[in-house]
Amino acid sequence: MTTTVMRFDHVVKKYGGSTLAIDDFDLEIGDGEFVSIVGPSGCGKSTLLKLVMGLEPLSGGAISYSADARSVSAMTGMVFQQPLLLPWHTVLDNVLVPSSLQSRAQRKADQGWARELIEMLGLEEFAASHPYQLSGGMQQRVGIARALLHDPRILLMDEPFGALDAMTRDQLTMDLLRIWETDRKTVLFITHSISEAVLLSDRVVVLTPRPGRIADTIDIDLPRPRTLATINTPEFGEHARRIRQVLDGTEAVTS
Amino acid sequence: MSVHDIPATDQESRPGEAVRRHTVRREAASGPARRRLSDLPGWLLAGTAVLLLLAVWEAIVRAFSVSEFLFPAPTRVVQALVEGFGNGTFGKHSLVTLQEIIYGFAIAVVVGLLVAVWVSSSRLAEKTLLPIIVVLQTVPKVALAPLFLVWFGFGMESKVLATALIAFFPVLVNATLGFNSTSVEQINMMKSFGATRLQILARLRLPSALPSIMAGLDMAVVLSVIGAVVAEFVGSQAGLGYLILASNTSLDVATMFGVLVVLSVIGLILHYIVVFLGRRLTFWSEENRGRNVAP
Repeated sequence: MTTTVMRFDHVVKKYGGSTLAIDDFDLEIGDGEFVSIVGPSGCGKSTLLKLVMGLEPLSGGAISYSADARSVSAMTGMVFQQPLLLPWHTVLDNVLVPSSLQSRAQRKADQGWARELIEMLGLEEFAASHPYQLSGGMQQRVGIARALLHDPRILLMDEPFGALDAMTRDQLTMDLLRIWETDRKTVLFITHSISEAVLLSDRVVVLTPRPGRIADTIDIDLPRPRTLATINTPEFGEHARRIRQVLDGTEAVTS
Repeated sequence: MSVHDIPATDQESRPGEAVRRHTVRREAASGPARRRLSDLPGWLLAGTAVLLLLAVWEAIVRAFSVSEFLFPAPTRVVQALVEGFGNGTFGKHSLVTLQEIIYGFAIAVVVGLLVAVWVSSSRLAEKTLLPIIVVLQTVPKVALAPLFLVWFGFGMESKVLATALIAFFPVLVNATLGFNSTSVEQINMMKSFGATRLQILARLRLPSALPSIMAGLDMAVVLSVIGAVVAEFVGSQAGLGYLILASNTSLDVATMFGVLVVLSVIGLILHYIVVFLGRRLTFWSEENRGRNVAP
């Protein structure tokens, strides 16, 4: 096992003093590891990322992470369920938002890299377009490029493909795999899709609903690089079935 | 082309109405599309309607020889306008009123936006100030114009401040609405990339609020014209409101109508400046997307 990049130490999150959203969440993520958190809706998956980013206060435990970066905010890049682009900015300016928040000089320095990212995601023709001129899948690509602008070692993804249609979803999943293979970032990926989790991850953490507790952690030892064809292998099916079983077990407990 | 069969089970069987097979067939229309009057551009239709109305007005005044002291014909109003601008009275008084409108409007916009920022970024300010503002909004502001005269004198100051007071509320209310309309997700996105409170305000909440702010400015600019004129009615030595009162006492109704025309033109021009600016600044908003106004 490589060095630990992110550690969840018995994390507890309560809402309104009593409602338990996350209970005793304990997890260590190694450098360059792709970890997915799978669970039914309402199990507090997205809350975990909000806790990591400090957007919500913890009720107990601790979260720590470390990485080489030029600033604290450049350590992580976050992709959201919605593209959350600024409609008055062009694609290029949207990708450059994280730099422009630092300084004008930084924005200027990162312009070339931003263009490279836009090209990497197949949007070079749309660099000067505005978000409303783009399809949902293209907007989400801009969101991914924006998250990669600081070249962060840690990538946080909150159901990034959840709002897309099945075909766009497959395309973006493969793009993400391709980009990740080039410089293995540490990724914490939230999803409710079992096949997405198996295809992308080194490890899948299954959460129980209300409160979110770790039901099981499953290592995915499928060979890399993986492609869409990987989905059809019996090993893939075996992993998916395992996760499905754990999920079914958690639902049986609550009902 | 589409064929649609109505299933018999969906139909309530009523006596005397047997279920039959229906067929619908749609095709492209043959022959050239029929030209309608409503296909003509709006400005042409509206312009023609106005000209027709003026012609009818003129005809009625002439046919029944209506007294000029009651209702002057359009040609007589035009004559008064030419005279008024010719001898410089209209120009002089217009300039006074225009200054009052613009200064008052500017004060309303600056103060309104500042208070809106304050109210929408402080929970404490929102809870204490907003109820007070909502109550104050229902006070008829024009009724305060005489008081302003006592406080600030017969000069331009009292008119500027009365105008500012009237225009202030739509700016404040719409801007506050706009600032508060930013989604929590967008704010979280900015925070996740390290944005400070000030950056979130300047780069997210202010631009998000622009469509709402511009709607408020449009209301405010029209109210500014009303405010300035009413304030002049209460007591003044110059301005278009003063000119209306003066021509009213001398029974010069044609000049009164002329002033009305000038005031309407001022209001219209200011309104279109705001609308034009608004479309420029908010080309990305859902309302403007179809308009092709991107810079």
